[in-house]
Amino acid sequence: MALKHKPLTFKLAVTALAMFGFGFALVPLYDVFCDLTGLNGKTAATAASADAALIDTSREVVIEFIARPNKQMPWVFKPEVRRMTVHPGEIHIMNYLAENPTGRMIVGQAVPSVSPGQAALYFHKIECFCFTQQQLAGGKNMLMPLQFYVDPALPSQFSTITLSYTLYDVTSAWTGDTAASSQLGE
Amino acid sequence: MSAVVTDHEHEHHDHKPSGIKRWLYTTNHKDIGTMYLVFALIMFFIGGAMAMVIRAELFQPGMQFVEPNFFNQMTTVHGLIMVFGAVMPAFTGLANWMIPMMIGAPDMALPRMNNWSFWILPFAFLILLMSLFMPGGGPNFGWTFYAPLSTTYSGDSTALFVFSVHIMGISSIMGAINVIVTIFNLRAPGMTWMKMPLFVWTWLITAFLLIMVMPVLAGVVTMVLTDKYFGTSFFDAAGGGDPVLFQHIFWFFGHPEVYIMILPAFGIVSSIVPTFARKPLFGYASMVYATSSIALLSFLVWAHHMFTTGMPVAGALFFMYCTMLIAVPTGVKVFNWVATMWRGAMTFEVPMMFALAFIVLFTIGGFSGLMLAITPADFQYHDTYFVVAHFHYVLVTGAVFSIIAAAYYWLPKWTGHMYDEKLGQWHFWCSLISVNMLFFPMHFVGLAGMPRRIPDYALQFADFNAFISIGGFLFGASQLIFVAVLVKCARGGEKATAQVWEGAEGLEWEVPSPAPYHTFETPPVIK
Amino acid sequence: MTKTRSLRWSLPTLLLAATVNATDMPLNMTRGVTEISQQVYDLHMTIFWICCVIGAVVFGIMFWSIVRHRKARGVQPAQFHESTKVEILWTAIPVVILIVMAIPATKTLIAMEDTTEADVTVLITGSQWKWHYKYLENDVEFYSLLATPKEQITNRFAKGENYLLEVDRPLVIPTGKKVRFLMTSDDVIHSWWVPAFAVKKDANPGFINEAWTRVDEPGIYRGQCAELCGKDHGFMPVVVIAKSPADYEQWVNGEAERIAKAKAEEQELLAMNMSMEELMSVGARTYTAYCAACHQPNGEGLPGIFPALKGSAMALNDKPGHINVVLNGKAGTAMQAYARQLSLKEIAAVITYERNAWGNNTGELVQAADVHAVMQGKGE
Repeated sequence: MALKHKPLTFKLAVTALAMFGFGFALVPLYDVFCDLTGLNGKTAATAASADAALIDTSREVVIEFIARPNKQMPWVFKPEVRRMTVHPGEIHIMNYLAENPTGRMIVGQAVPSVSPGQAALYFHKIECFCFTQQQLAGGKNMLMPLQFYVDPALPSQFSTITLSYTLYDVTSAWTGDTAASSQLGE
Repeated sequence: MSAVVTDHEHEHHDHKPSGIKRWLYTTNHKDIGTMYLVFALIMFFIGGAMAMVIRAELFQPGMQFVEPNFFNQMTTVHGLIMVFGAVMPAFTGLANWMIPMMIGAPDMALPRMNNWSFWILPFAFLILLMSLFMPGGGPNFGWTFYAPLSTTYSGDSTALFVFSVHIMGISSIMGAINVIVTIFNLRAPGMTWMKMPLFVWTWLITAFLLIMVMPVLAGVVTMVLTDKYFGTSFFDAAGGGDPVLFQHIFWFFGHPEVYIMILPAFGIVSSIVPTFARKPLFGYASMVYATSSIALLSFLVWAHHMFTTGMPVAGALFFMYCTMLIAVPTGVKVFNWVATMWRGAMTFEVPMMFALAFIVLFTIGGFSGLMLAITPADFQYHDTYFVVAHFHYVLVTGAVFSIIAAAYYWLPKWTGHMYDEKLGQWHFWCSLISVNMLFFPMHFVGLAGMPRRIPDYALQFADFNAFISIGGFLFGASQLIFVAVLVKCARGGEKATAQVWEGAEGLEWEVPSPAPYHTFETPPVIK
Repeated sequence: MTKTRSLRWSLPTLLLAATVNATDMPLNMTRGVTEISQQVYDLHMTIFWICCVIGAVVFGIMFWSIVRHRKARGVQPAQFHESTKVEILWTAIPVVILIVMAIPATKTLIAMEDTTEADVTVLITGSQWKWHYKYLENDVEFYSLLATPKEQITNRFAKGENYLLEVDRPLVIPTGKKVRFLMTSDDVIHSWWVPAFAVKKDANPGFINEAWTRVDEPGIYRGQCAELCGKDHGFMPVVVIAKSPADYEQWVNGEAERIAKAKAEEQELLAMNMSMEELMSVGARTYTAYCAACHQPNGEGLPGIFPALKGSAMALNDKPGHINVVLNGKAGTAMQAYARQLSLKEIAAVITYERNAWGNNTGELVQAADVHAVMQGKGE
């Protein structure tokens, strides 16, 4: 390589490498962006503080609860009630029923999604079963609590917030043993 | 501009190794350019053969020739080959051949890297094509490989797909670095920025786009690989990821990629139209600014591919406005070309015919692009044949037509012979008619509600699809004429002069035809 | 009608068959049946005409130039090559046109995204390759599968009028009410699209999306999955029936009753033993509808993607394992959990079928009670 080309070639190669890194940096950037804008309707993965703001009794917000086990997840998974009317600022507890009808221990991970997405910014969870993975032995059931409040700053165009949980079977990731269940046809 | 070139200078240097070694070890920009172009042509026919399989299956409702899984592999690999194997290498080939000659450089700045960036490419496509023969077949998730279809739900050929895309990416990045360094460091004295031919300008901007986005593609395929095989959860909701994130990263690469495939085409057309209108290009400076602004805007519009994924209204509006804005610089280009023709003295040789067809048909593709930008209407167009029609108008009658035009335009310079004008006109008219039979009815099929990427369809679409398929077969067959022209021209024909075209201007027309193996070893003086 | 159609399709020449199969296709986007779809159509036409006018002007000038300014006419080329005034003009005019266009587009978009004050909410879940509908106000839920017989797709039977656009159980919605759709997916990304409503929204796994419609005309509306979702992407249509509120109520009650009845039958079944013949016939039907897409009608699967059942160790030897994988699926693969999708009877029947078809002659019967036992964790 001619000497005079070296500096520019080097700069360009570094730019390309930096852009490769930027591709990965988009992952956390996207999360930050979603947290700021509610782009994908994800709620915070950690607990909000319990000292809620003032209760706004003049306003009512309907919270709809949807709970779905993913199709590869054999648990029964239901909210205790389908919907709840709350005042912004009030702290509520909502229980979800989980039942493992199989004969083996299964680990579940609930993934929250709020619609409309921007409302996720105003839906605060003080405690949630979705913060951690949940273990349930075969044939057993349990109640999983969610403690939450709606931020009084919720913009007025939102009158209904839909909170959906999809429950995934993460047993294989939990035990590190992917060959736990037998495979059809092998 | 004129160059001081003596024929005497070339004669000593024209010795080169013979046989296969010449091509394997070559660091000559003309040899490498030729290899890129031949490779692109072969890939064009392989990808085209896959399109023929697709059109054969869609000729009639019902499943006739292939099963749905193989159909999906065909649509996927057709897309990958045409984008990364045909259009991009063809432009790189043209860049290799023409940029040094246009700026008065003896060769590309980094000739050994140039050799590498070409020679890894055949292996990338060999891997991709071989994956089709694996049990379970090759990639079947569309060239956009949306997760989780390409991760949790894909076959084991995914690893090969990822590897192959990595190699293509490395090749493109090396090619782009080479172009930039060449243009920055090897311009002949007096070749100032604003004297550079537009083809060089558009390629320079394209090369920057490539360096910015190909690494992002490499990143996203790496994430697909680790999600599938190494337990990461970038795109898997169960592990805290988000499948929509994939689309954001992919289209952050994907939209600039679209411009990578069209900016050099703008440069080609901006070279051809003035030549055959015998009149300087109208608005040279505004062309440079328009190209740059298209390149910048291309980083702000990626989410217009994702309106239906569910984004906040504010987001959708932002991307809608930015996308509509792209119509402005693109329009400026078209207006400039028309103004260049205005009051010229035009002749209509094959390169001009393809360039004129490009202007009209690319603009039609631009119009449907503008329609697609309107978010509420996009909800109806998205993922239908309307989109298929749109991007084939910009990529086939856009990018591919410009490449064909460039080939006819510079063929006499490359081979030293004039191509067969009559055969070329046949090629043009057959292509023009069949390509519109092929893609124009797709607008209607899409508006009537036929989704893309389906191997079978409802009965109402039958007549149109039969017609489209016939158009497809004819277009495929018409390209055989092109091969005939190329072979004939390579073998002989009327001797070409140095200038070749009456209205041609620029350094490449000042060296003899065929261009000697080494040109501008002493930099020309640009007046 | 059917007769002429079959006659048409029996024509041997592909070309002839294609040209005589005249079914009218609209040449433009549908106006649809909702206020929103009408607005979308209007936007589409506005931008279309704008493009036409610009195209006519630009191409008009270009063709004029091609005709008049050709060397063959002996013209001398002019040498002008720039004009800042003209450049500014043709930058500014498009900007104004675009602004004019953006205003109605923005209004429509905001209206489309306003999902508040809905009367009925339906949760739509896409999975490979079927839709699941769940009415959130009552316990009605069901899967909706392609109803076009395989024989029509493989060209052995004549194709019906709604070829590939027909399902076994359509979604039913009331007219004149705001219906909200929540979309999600069980596996890959799907996209729920009904052109007549101008509703197209992606169903993303693990996330929910919203859309809404208000249909005034009772009728049957057809659409398709719009996002490539794997092998049978082309075979998962959407059918929506809009009924008057009274008819809708009646239908909902009927569905609720049907589901309750099916549950009661399940209990009775546990005490009953079905015959091989019955199991095989129910099993064959269930297999075709739910299993054959992947494991193939001949049980041989697709090597490298979907495992074969014919001659497989599990279908021949491991009965509890077999029942378990059908009930609970296999995480990380395309194999779904059918416990919630199929009745006990269907599961028992389909497993019996898989263990006795294609030369897998185990002779074993699987009864609903066996399935129930595995479900309760006793079979493993």
